[in-house]
Amino acid sequence: MLLREVEYAKPATVAEALAILKQHDGARALAGGQTLINVMKARVASPDVLVDLNGLDDLKGIELGPDGTLTVGAMVTYTDIVGSAEARARPILGEVCSTIADVQVRNRGTIGGNVCSNDPTNHLPPLLCAAGAEMTIASEDGERNVAAADFFLGVYLTAVGPGELLTKVTIPAGKHDGFAAVTLGTDGTCIANAAASINGSLRVALGCVDAVPVVVQPASAAEDAVRDAVRGAGFTPPADVHGSSEYRIHLAEVLAVRAARQAAERS
Amino acid sequence: MSAIASSKVVTVTVNGVEYERDVEARKLLIHFVRDDLDLTGSHIGCDTGNCGACSMIVDGRLVKSCMLLAVQVDGASIETVEGLAEDGELTALQQSFSDHHALQCGYCTPGMLMSATALLRAHPSPTDDQIKKALQGNICRCTGYWNIFEAVKAAGS
Repeated sequence: MLLREVEYAKPATVAEALAILKQHDGARALAGGQTLINVMKARVASPDVLVDLNGLDDLKGIELGPDGTLTVGAMVTYTDIVGSAEARARPILGEVCSTIADVQVRNRGTIGGNVCSNDPTNHLPPLLCAAGAEMTIASEDGERNVAAADFFLGVYLTAVGPGELLTKVTIPAGKHDGFAAVTLGTDGTCIANAAASINGSLRVALGCVDAVPVVVQPASAAEDAVRDAVRGAGFTPPADVHGSSEYRIHLAEVLAVRAARQAAERS
Repeated sequence: MSAIASSKVVTVTVNGVEYERDVEARKLLIHFVRDDLDLTGSHIGCDTGNCGACSMIVDGRLVKSCMLLAVQVDGASIETVEGLAEDGELTALQQSFSDHHALQCGYCTPGMLMSATALLRAHPSPTDDQIKKALQGNICRCTGYWNIFEAVKAAGS
């Protein structure tokens, strides 16, 4: 399909990318393009300038700190994460990335694109909320860190503002994680999903049931405790051809229990 | 500062042949390859990133060329279905597709072949699950999946 006319830049440094994003109101960062190119076809997004981040090698690193902290550059692809020895320090990350869409999409799609598009059916927003990740956002004024739980603001809306760029995601050490989803076909779009992480206490993040991940903190990983916490969250999921609002509430409970159990079993 | 422009001169190697073209920034890679380079083996199926008929291998990685801009592949090396057979000699995988009747209407075949080619390079003798996972991004609307699976399995053993 023919896209609307657009200008293109491929900066070689983060500073250059930030300068272009600041100077052009209609500029938009292009990461893997597995969402953006398609929404441009549909004219849902019509940026004036595409700032291609694929030349920014500074955003493509995966680093494992001595304390087990994992730092993943925003332009790291799902395939890179799945194949990374460092990323195995937090095994759930590669496990979930290996179930996103298909080979071709995993080869191009990035962790930064996944979270910045913040489609409510995406896998990584609830996963990173449960895992207690922190996002680093850069602008010409400097860097700021935002907790994952505060990063997602609305459907397709995040804390990354005009002239800003997500540069990396920092994930604390931990192995006691779980993830469960009901999808459209194997590895398809999520109808509902849940991520759980036990790091001291249990945190469960529910996806697809609200504009942003719903984070709950059950008293324990026991089924009743998890169900009570999900019921107490008081969200009203959207309804569509794949499931009614009531069905999504049911799925959220079941998936939260499964994810919490998986996290607990890894303790 | 990198240039901001609505078009760009792109140099790209496709199936071993180097091309240089002035390309509009809004042009998708699949349109560039089919319309500008006249390599029409790669197909446009859904144009939404779902069907995989436009799959190509760019710098060694399998991608869907309807979700990539042509200006993004400047300097890249691309393989399309036309590059598989050498001097009219089918690859083992292509021959296996023929032997197993792994195509009905044939529309999805170029994408299936590229996905299976990428799989067999990474895993010369793939497991059944690896084959199914590798073909997840390719849809056959004739639903002839089983023969495609059998063809890839035979080519990989």
